Amino acid sequence: MAKYITKRVIYMFLSLFLIASFTFVLMKLLPGSPLASAAKLSIEEREVVYEKYGLNDPIPVQYARYMGNLAKGDFGVSFQYKNADVTTLIVKKLKYSAILGAQALIFGTLIGIILGMIAALKQNTVWDYGSTIIAILGISIPSFVFAVLLQYVFSVWLGWLPVGLWEGWKSSILPSIALAMGPIAIAARFIRTEMIEVLSSDYILLAKAKGANWFEIAFKHAFRNALIPLITVLGPVAAGLLTGSLVVEQIFAIPGIGEQFVKSISSNDFAVIMGTTMFFSVFLIVIILIVDILYGVIDPRIRLSGGSK
Amino acid sequence: MEKIVEVKNLELSFHTFAGEVKAIQGVNFEVYKGETLAIVGESGSGKSVTTKSIMRLLPKSSTEYKNGEILFGGKDLLKISEKEMQKVRGKDISMIFQDPMTSLNPTMTIGNQIMEPLLKHQKLSKTDARKKSIELLTLVGMPKPEMRMKQYPHQFSGGQRQRIVIAVALACNPKLLIADEPTTALDVTIQAQILELMKDLQKKIDTSIIFITHDLGVVANVADRVAVMYGGRIVEVGTVDEVFYNPQHPYTWGLLSSMPSLDATEEKLYAIPGTPPDLLDPPKGDAFALRSEYAMKIDMEQVPPLFKVSETHYAATWLLHPDAPQVDPPVAVIERMKRFPGSRYYEGNAGGVR
Repeated sequence: MAKYITKRVIYMFLSLFLIASFTFVLMKLLPGSPLASAAKLSIEEREVVYEKYGLNDPIPVQYARYMGNLAKGDFGVSFQYKNADVTTLIVKKLKYSAILGAQALIFGTLIGIILGMIAALKQNTVWDYGSTIIAILGISIPSFVFAVLLQYVFSVWLGWLPVGLWEGWKSSILPSIALAMGPIAIAARFIRTEMIEVLSSDYILLAKAKGANWFEIAFKHAFRNALIPLITVLGPVAAGLLTGSLVVEQIFAIPGIGEQFVKSISSNDFAVIMGTTMFFSVFLIVIILIVDILYGVIDPRIRLSGGSK
Repeated sequence: MEKIVEVKNLELSFHTFAGEVKAIQGVNFEVYKGETLAIVGESGSGKSVTTKSIMRLLPKSSTEYKNGEILFGGKDLLKISEKEMQKVRGKDISMIFQDPMTSLNPTMTIGNQIMEPLLKHQKLSKTDARKKSIELLTLVGMPKPEMRMKQYPHQFSGGQRQRIVIAVALACNPKLLIADEPTTALDVTIQAQILELMKDLQKKIDTSIIFITHDLGVVANVADRVAVMYGGRIVEVGTVDEVFYNPQHPYTWGLLSSMPSLDATEEKLYAIPGTPPDLLDPPKGDAFALRSEYAMKIDMEQVPPLFKVSETHYAATWLLHPDAPQVDPPVAVIERMKRFPGSRYYEGNAGGVR
């Protein structure tokens, strides 16, 4: 197990190196410069700034310097926020996004699993159709439509919750629900399909023959066996949610990382874009590693390679 | 003798997209205390369905019990509630399935799987249940049971898994054990071990067994009595000797003739011509008539009742009617009947039964 994880961590750094290099090249291919919109600066002043940040050096030199700093954990400074340290900036913004994402993930997965279980246990009844309809709506209606609907109903119409901005936990409820629609739909569909298959297997018949009631059959025997495919798809979904949503954060004016990312791209804020991309990559890779370890926890047949049990 | 279970005139249909499948069309049998009743027949003859209906394990949405009763311990199992049925399953009646590779839960330790019925039905404490499970594993011949309790099904071979399934089935000392082709998925040497184990355990815990199989060799090995099923009906029932050495139904003749034997006189192995009847549209009369060279006109029109051959031996064929012509069964069957005292081909002490 330890050997396996070590191997995975080495691969992780390799992937991050490749992602960083690739993003760097893409950034350099982008037209424009961080100072293009700063019309007040004269050409001489610009030259001074470029020189200061090393933007006049040949690209390989810039690349080597950037990667060197990255290895030390230094993401550089932002151009749009007066020399703000990128790491501090991202961590501050990420807090909001992570709260929204975590809430959406937990709430969405739980509701989705419940819907999927009901659908599978009451297959081909009104319950099943109802749950399937919710799942289809969740997948096909984009989250920004839900976001606007939620704002209209709960903020404008009922006036229960704030329309936007971050004013404490209350502000996180509506965006979290809007973000949860995806995980609800995914979890409901995967759990339904998998539960139906598991419920028709021989060992469920044997569990029935042992005198187990429906509750024991569903939760003690079937559920764990139905979880594997869901875990697989939830990994990337979790990474996506925790690192912020571009659209939903924009609609609710949440000062999260997603909103920041969009702003940085439009202002060509090179260091922040690179930093955000790296954060996102680390999240995704770590979550995929966690998912792989979870497989083994859930299903003893999936043994992680590395020789030991 | 005490009857453990009595199936009376069971009629059952499945509702499918293609229509109503009349899977069981009036089945009667009983199992006595301590005996092994083998139910034989080809695929689709209704042997598994009959026993699953005893346990009420058939899918509720598509199964319709049209008639009959299943008497067990003074109760009709078809009439009691699902809750009461859960108390019977695994405690009074338990079951072993065909494929040990798929009948254990892959994500549960085998210890937990054996302990489950003990905790549920016998209300044992966890420590006691663990102790009893280790005893059970020892009983079914599993080496190092304490260590094995913590392992998962994929760490066991097919034969070992079937031993575990047997341990689960016997956990609460059931009155009736239903074994649905328990050796079919195993290779021959393991088959023999599992059969020995079952015979041995039956004596130890004094349970009755319904043994479903299509392997006549296995029947001869384990059973006290045999019921032959065809097209959703029992066509012949009797003791092993009666069915093997004095068979009366043409289908039983066909089955026995198609059994490979070392002293066979013919070179080619016999096979029953044709295919089993389509139970979506069951034939009128004797379901086997269309495949039988002994069929008479009445076989095409009326379902034969069970005619009595002896106190324990019945067969559903018009050939046993007093007005029926005398026919000679196939050669292989005559060879067998020569050894059965009471059959019309008996040749004295030429060989003796079995």
